[in-house]
Amino acid sequence: MLEINQLHKSYSIGDSKLHVLKGIDLSVNQGEMVAIMGSSGSGKSTLLNIIGMLDEADEGAYILDQVPIKNLTEKKAAIYRNKFLGFIFQSFNLINYKNALENVALPLYYQGLKRKERQEKARFHLEKVGLLDWETHLPSELSGGQKQRVAIARALASDPKLILADEPTGALDTTTSYDIMAFLQQLNNEGKTILIVTHEEDIAAMCKRIVRLRDGVIMEDKKVTQVRAESHV
Amino acid sequence: MFDIDLWREIFQSISKNRTRSLLSGFTVTFAILLFTILFGLANGLNNTFSEAFVDDAANAMFIRSGTTTKAHKGMQAGRRVQFRNEDYNYIKTDFDDNVEFITSRIYKNVNASFRNEKNNYSLRAVHPDHQYLEKTKVFQGRYINQRDMDLKTKVVVIGKLVKDDLFLKVDPLGKYINLSGIPYLVVGVFADDGGDDEERLLYMPLSTAQQVYGNNDYVDQINLTYKPDLDYNQAIDFGLDLEKQLKERFLVAPNDQRAVRVFNMAMQNKGINQMTSVLGILILIIGMGTLIAGIVGISNIMIFIVKERTKEIGIRKALGASPKSIVSIILVESIFITTIAGYFGLLLGVGILELVGPNLKTYFITNPSVSISLVLSATLILIGAGSLAGYLPAKKASKIKPIVALRDD
Repeated sequence: MLEINQLHKSYSIGDSKLHVLKGIDLSVNQGEMVAIMGSSGSGKSTLLNIIGMLDEADEGAYILDQVPIKNLTEKKAAIYRNKFLGFIFQSFNLINYKNALENVALPLYYQGLKRKERQEKARFHLEKVGLLDWETHLPSELSGGQKQRVAIARALASDPKLILADEPTGALDTTTSYDIMAFLQQLNNEGKTILIVTHEEDIAAMCKRIVRLRDGVIMEDKKVTQVRAESHV
Repeated sequence: MFDIDLWREIFQSISKNRTRSLLSGFTVTFAILLFTILFGLANGLNNTFSEAFVDDAANAMFIRSGTTTKAHKGMQAGRRVQFRNEDYNYIKTDFDDNVEFITSRIYKNVNASFRNEKNNYSLRAVHPDHQYLEKTKVFQGRYINQRDMDLKTKVVVIGKLVKDDLFLKVDPLGKYINLSGIPYLVVGVFADDGGDDEERLLYMPLSTAQQVYGNNDYVDQINLTYKPDLDYNQAIDFGLDLEKQLKERFLVAPNDQRAVRVFNMAMQNKGINQMTSVLGILILIIGMGTLIAGIVGISNIMIFIVKERTKEIGIRKALGASPKSIVSIILVESIFITTIAGYFGLLLGVGILELVGPNLKTYFITNPSVSISLVLSATLILIGAGSLAGYLPAKKASKIKPIVALRDD
């Protein structure tokens, strides 16, 4: 469902050029749960951003669900992001003046759904993450774990093919982290394809496959026996 | 097209970010308020100037005679110059090109009585043209006409206050008023913007007065208005020429200041006109300045708002917002706030002018007001500038990669 061939990306910092991704080949199938690991500067976030169409590769091919992602106009990229992808960020990135329900409903607004339908769907997903009672709360009134769960509900709202999580537990304590991971595992069991960028070994171990990056190349790509997060909670 | 969801987003954004909305709204309100008040006050100043001269026609000239102070062409100093009907005719015919209305005047004081009421009044015996020169407003009956002049009829037109004094509640038209023993028929009642003194007067035909009081053709004063199409310099030249001709006619030395005097409103008006045009330029500069200050203010705020919302824009883009929807949400919000705030400033400004306007007469400000269309266009300019100032950064923000926007903390 996801095919990446010889992906290159460099950033220019002042006069010098920083080659961040040096020819990445990666293929992910439907229903996989992949951890992308690496120390900071290994290019893992850049890779995720390119997969998420938040950033563009300089070179190489990227095919998502049989659609080549190349030379997208802003408008097209917006439509693809909305249709294909659900994002989970380390810092949650909820809109601070919108309550939980409105945050979850936002991708549906950009899908052009009617208000009633949006609210219905958003409620369904909030219930799924166990926060229906908190629908009218603003992000500032929620704990870190709750915020991340709202963000997960938002990522799910548009029913995307692929969920991209950038250090989803980076800002959370261990217990809450495992709680979130347990939820992501549950989603994966329901058939969602999930990509997680992390530098924590225990989080990576909860995925089904670990891809290790170092200095812009893939060092290791192996399937692992998934550690169930519930056993830690 | 009306997009209820877009408006819902905007109202939420406005109400949830109150400080920001109030700040930008306040800038616009304040700019429009200042603009309205400054323009209103300046207009009030202008009104004072023009009102000071509503009493008489602005293009009037008054010609008076006196005694000579210098010997000239064999004539002694101290001789009295007396205008007569022939002088009136001379000016009327010889300066026909430049004269619009012309009248002679004779002054008399009379004891007037009607039934039991009596009082002392000034009387002016005049030509029919006098009505236009003095801007007399006849609101009952008629003014002196040419037939009165020809037949030397014993008729008078009385001022409003004369009517109030003598006739009390009786309709004066068709009644006879006794002027120092001679009854005159009242044919009209007039009002005059010049104030009470001007309404405590009586007008009668010049020919009648000449026959009744002295049986001669003497005239105390000749008043005229020059043709309105003369500009100030032409009018001043005309006045000087007239004075010169009259001095020659009466054998008066050219530098004799007393014997023949021509008072020309054009001289005075030229100065006032210059003053008001300077005032106009000043108003324009002030208005422009206020407007520019407002534009700069709203532009700054728009740039600040877009900057503040960069992260939100990144989130929205990650969730699938098109660049167009990003631009429109920022732009519509800015236009909406500017419009409401501008309208509020307009109401406030006009309200303040209405409220304090009548109390400013002592400061030479009369009826300070602004034309609504002027303030509306100022508001429109501000909205336009605000939109442009919002559009450029919004457009830019809609184009930044979401990843850059999201990194912005």
